[in-house]
Amino acid sequence: MRILTGNDLVTGDVTWWTGSGWSRHVEDAADVGDQGEAIAQAEEGARRVNAPYVIDAAETADGPRPAHIKDRIRALGPTVRPDLTLKPADPNAGSWVI
Amino acid sequence: MYKYDEYDHSIVAARVEEFRDQVNRRLAGQITEDQFKPLRLMNGLYLQLHAYMLRVAVPYGTLDSRQMHMLAHIARKYDRGYGHFTTRQNIQYNWIKLADAPDILADLATVEMHAIQTSGNCIRNISSDQYAGAAADELTDPRPWAELLRQWSSFHPEFSYLPRKFKIAVIAADEDRAAMRLHDIGLQVVERGGQHGVAVYVGGGMGRTPMVAPLIKDFVPFEDFLSYMEACLRVYNRYGRRDNIYKARIKILVHEIGADKYRDEVEAEFAEVKKLDLDPPRAEFDRIAAYFAPPPYETGLSDAIDRGDPDFAVWLDQNVAAHKAPGYAIVNISLKPVGGIPGDASADQIDVMADLARDYSFDELRVTHAQNIVLPHVRKADLPAIWQKLADAGLAEANLDLISDIIACPGLDYCSLANARSIPVAQKIAQRFSDLGRQRELGELKLKISGCINACGHHHAGHIGILGVDRKGTENYQLLLGGSGAEDVSLGTITGPGFSEDGIVDAVEKATDVYLRERAEGERFLDTYRRVGMAPFKEAIYG
Amino acid sequence: MGDPLRFRADEPHDEPAVTLDAFLGQSNATAVRIESGEDARALLPHLDRIALVEVSFPKFRDGRGYSSARILREAGYAGELRAQGDVLVDQIPLMRRCGFDSFAPEAPVDEAVLAAALARYDHHYQRAADPAVPVWKLRHG
Repeated sequence: MRILTGNDLVTGDVTWWTGSGWSRHVEDAADVGDQGEAIAQAEEGARRVNAPYVIDAAETADGPRPAHIKDRIRALGPTVRPDLTLKPADPNAGSWVI
Repeated sequence: MYKYDEYDHSIVAARVEEFRDQVNRRLAGQITEDQFKPLRLMNGLYLQLHAYMLRVAVPYGTLDSRQMHMLAHIARKYDRGYGHFTTRQNIQYNWIKLADAPDILADLATVEMHAIQTSGNCIRNISSDQYAGAAADELTDPRPWAELLRQWSSFHPEFSYLPRKFKIAVIAADEDRAAMRLHDIGLQVVERGGQHGVAVYVGGGMGRTPMVAPLIKDFVPFEDFLSYMEACLRVYNRYGRRDNIYKARIKILVHEIGADKYRDEVEAEFAEVKKLDLDPPRAEFDRIAAYFAPPPYETGLSDAIDRGDPDFAVWLDQNVAAHKAPGYAIVNISLKPVGGIPGDASADQIDVMADLARDYSFDELRVTHAQNIVLPHVRKADLPAIWQKLADAGLAEANLDLISDIIACPGLDYCSLANARSIPVAQKIAQRFSDLGRQRELGELKLKISGCINACGHHHAGHIGILGVDRKGTENYQLLLGGSGAEDVSLGTITGPGFSEDGIVDAVEKATDVYLRERAEGERFLDTYRRVGMAPFKEAIYG
Repeated sequence: MGDPLRFRADEPHDEPAVTLDAFLGQSNATAVRIESGEDARALLPHLDRIALVEVSFPKFRDGRGYSSARILREAGYAGELRAQGDVLVDQIPLMRRCGFDSFAPEAPVDEAVLAAALARYDHHYQRAADPAVPVWKLRHG
């Protein structure tokens, strides 16, 4: 599947296109098919996202997982600071990242 | 320390408002990201993996306690409670909101700090020797020269859209603690006929094409200093390559046309610009230099230190350096605890270091290019008390210049340019060698890790260097041996095929085993490598 | 494209600018355009007959034109010096300091933003091609 990601213009937070808006959680990412570039352009123009780009991802039982390690690290947070990730309370939250 | 006058305050205040206006226009959609990017970069604001990152300038690495406390305040108020000290003696924050950036700059301005030109294709923060003003071996304090450069380069109208970034370092000792010849321009203050001037090296750098800067001019007196810099930069601005970002640094220009041709071009340009009255009078040098006058050292102090506590004695031997004033010493605070993140400090730790500077070091701190902190002027008699307070704050790691005192870039944990993570490799190596006795047996061993070819972790200049690469979507690490960023500057050589994360830790250990086996009396790792060459290391690592 | 933004009192020069090659090759042209990679010093023998130099900025990141402008002003050129092309409002204050006194940006410039930008800095650290007195001179007279 292809999913669309970027950073929130104001906060810089990593965000994922859900099909109707943006979410902090990669699990909410929607397959954009071949529409990714068009959505990116419209959303960037509306300043709802900064520097969006389309990536490959795998569909899993837990939701989409980016194909490249860089985007998996973006999805959760720095591997060296679990306390600063999106799921600081879950010691196994990063098991799929590396 | 330098203090702002009304002019400095006015310029920095104007910059805060300028950037506030630029951010507002970006948020309102009046400028695109493509247009905004160079503007925000010239204020040190990047978009990184997880958020915006703000790099705050620490000019020539010098801070007072009020400034250091402000860095802690920013970490708490606008970030997530910590900061990362960098190889260019700056600090960066990893979790900044765009809308907060102007307020942060306004807070910084209250303590005479800023983020001016900490990124972008312009002249960056001037770096220097972290022992400036304290080192026993220096000719003079290099920082007045660095401050002259700071002012000259700030908002330089001609050199704000250079082909690529431009880094300048200034030292004034033969021992090079600032990797001077690995800068676009490296300057060493030298003496001739009783006058101080600078020797000018141009075209060094790391990155994907590492180069050691050749000497371009052996002596430029103060009276010509800024004119000569203007000429060096103008030749680069006009003739530096703009067709390929990877060939745009001045080192490529100097390499392609040759140092002699570059020197001729600079001399011709200098003859023109020297007519323009660009050089400030000697009185301006003296005004600036007065701020860097030695602090009021006490006299008659004893050089005796109570070595009773063995842990203190180890720290004393490893982390404390000779000071030029009797009874004083230079303290290095390691930001490299075993298992920690090289260069990171929590807001609480930053406050502790600020208080120690206020109480024991004439209110001064330095940031080092090895990502540590220095208290430059402490009484030897105070060392035990300082050590105790550092230990209480988790800041007394006694590993300066040892294998666990690792320079590492943020790598793929934070950086959008990275290909591989650097920090976990640093952590694993530090853990493998966690026994301090073993580290001390290995002696001075500078290990430097970059997560991509841009070489922010100085891997070319490590006695042992590690370069992270992306091999088909998997992190892979190349090993280099034999680099140095010091006065015996050299570029490391790749040993051979790369390794996995665990494999690189094993390879480092094998390299150190070869050193222990082969070393002659008094040799450091680097000396042994230079004497015996790559072959025995290669055999042990790949054999 | 509308009229250039001018910071000069004289009348606009309406002769079209010719290329550097054309200018050097013949001509009695009084307006010349130099591309960002061309050597502004080639014009120095002819400055007394030039009324307009247009310096091209093909991309705003290409900063060679800043040096071109200073070289012309340092040689005493007093005619119109125009920055043309990808010229952004935030760059105009720096260009003014390098000696440009005329601007033909490809995209329109918000005049209120420009006015604020030009008025923002009361002081400058270094001497350039504008009349601003560098801070070190203010400090020491």
